[in-house]
Amino acid sequence: MVVEGGKMHFNGYKREKGPAGIRNHVIVLPTIGCINELASEVASRVKEAIPLLHNHACIRLGPDLSRARRTLVGIGTNPNIHSVLLVGLGCESITAEELAEEILPYKQVEAVTIKKEGNYSSALEKGVAALREMVWEASEVKREKCDMDDLTVGIKCGGSGSVSAIASNPATGQAADILIENGGRVIFSETAELIGAEHVLAARAVNKTVRHKLLGCVDHMKRKIADYGVDIFGSEPTRGNIAGGLTTIEEKSLGAIIKGGSSPLVGVLEYGERPSSSGLYFMDGTTQASQLFLGMFAAGAQIQVFSFGGGLPARFRGLPSYPCGIPVFPVIKVLGNPGDVEEREYFDIYAGDIIGGKMSVKEVGKSIFDEFISVASGKMTITESRTGYQELLQIYADGLLM
Amino acid sequence: MLMKKAIMMNKDDNVATVLEGIKRGETIAVVSTDNKVIKNMEAGEEIAAGHKIAVDSISKEETVLKYGESIGTAADRIDKGMHVHVHNVRSKVKYGG
Repeated sequence: MVVEGGKMHFNGYKREKGPAGIRNHVIVLPTIGCINELASEVASRVKEAIPLLHNHACIRLGPDLSRARRTLVGIGTNPNIHSVLLVGLGCESITAEELAEEILPYKQVEAVTIKKEGNYSSALEKGVAALREMVWEASEVKREKCDMDDLTVGIKCGGSGSVSAIASNPATGQAADILIENGGRVIFSETAELIGAEHVLAARAVNKTVRHKLLGCVDHMKRKIADYGVDIFGSEPTRGNIAGGLTTIEEKSLGAIIKGGSSPLVGVLEYGERPSSSGLYFMDGTTQASQLFLGMFAAGAQIQVFSFGGGLPARFRGLPSYPCGIPVFPVIKVLGNPGDVEEREYFDIYAGDIIGGKMSVKEVGKSIFDEFISVASGKMTITESRTGYQELLQIYADGLLM
Repeated sequence: MLMKKAIMMNKDDNVATVLEGIKRGETIAVVSTDNKVIKNMEAGEEIAAGHKIAVDSISKEETVLKYGESIGTAADRIDKGMHVHVHNVRSKVKYGG
């Protein structure tokens, strides 16, 4: 940790426009899933280049199409990215040229498309050449002292049981509060898990507009559930949550919102939308980990926290790499359940000592915050240190897919 | 031997979360979030770790309180010391309309 003149810092990569990055990756971003193979092939021929393959297709309509566009631009402009090679077909709903124009103000971006190059092999050759230049340039960028207000952290909880609200979520919330006190931004989400607890969070909204927007997200979700005409019990809470002691969606939600800490709620964001200033934000989004992490990354978060309850009888063990959809987005995993202590080696922070009274929420919260600075300054997270498994990025959709 | 604990998240709650599995007839300490003992009580049945115990008797249709907030309605009368879970609590959330 760097402390100078009473002010905390981290060592990151300064960018020409926007906040500093905590990683310095060169990515190959396909415009659409149909071109994933070419993107993968180009990246495989250049050392250190990372392909970010995803599920976008021309089947999206209206708001889902806008969401996909915002997400792809957000991936390209995220501070952890040094430069971007866009790989496109030429006939897709969101073109490489459109994306390049939006990414360009932030960083170096090149685009190759099969339509323009004429065929697959020419596009491959041109892409590899451009990518090599980017990787050389990225290798020369050095870490520098950066202000804490450059940092945005996404927070999600998983494997919730009753102990989530006693150990991992309050400790994570404490870390969120410290980051915000130091000028940083925190985003948390999971709209379905506000149901029954929305009034508690709404009471912390900084103004009427934010309060209405927050309640509007929950109302919209509830109307959709009603339209579906199904009982969400078994999904909210899940069978694992129930085995872990959670009885109703209200109980799950009241425990889930603790992970965001106690700061005033300054704004409500769309999936993948960037926060405009410091403070705590709620993102209208899904509870599905991979899809939500992508929304957080697209919103400019450089670090993600995954606060794990792990219902005792459910024994929902955190798999070593779960979830690891985004290799350019470090995830700090926090384990809160003493019953899952055997899996401790797969987690960056163990919060289970809070249950036995060996450590306080404040102490563990501080250690999570310290981990933000270490990871932001280059320390690898446990998931980052593992290789070989990567998921296809999932861009969230909540409407009709053709 | 140290008594097993159940934690009450708010002073107004009528349930507490059992931190270790307890057996019927076992006496446990109900503590606050800052680990102060509120009272000792006897478990009326076996309750798994992470699950809830009624710290007072709860009438049918009464609101079940945790964090000082409603987590649902009691579907039946729940005696003090009994397990509070999906078999005797229903969500109060209404969808649509």
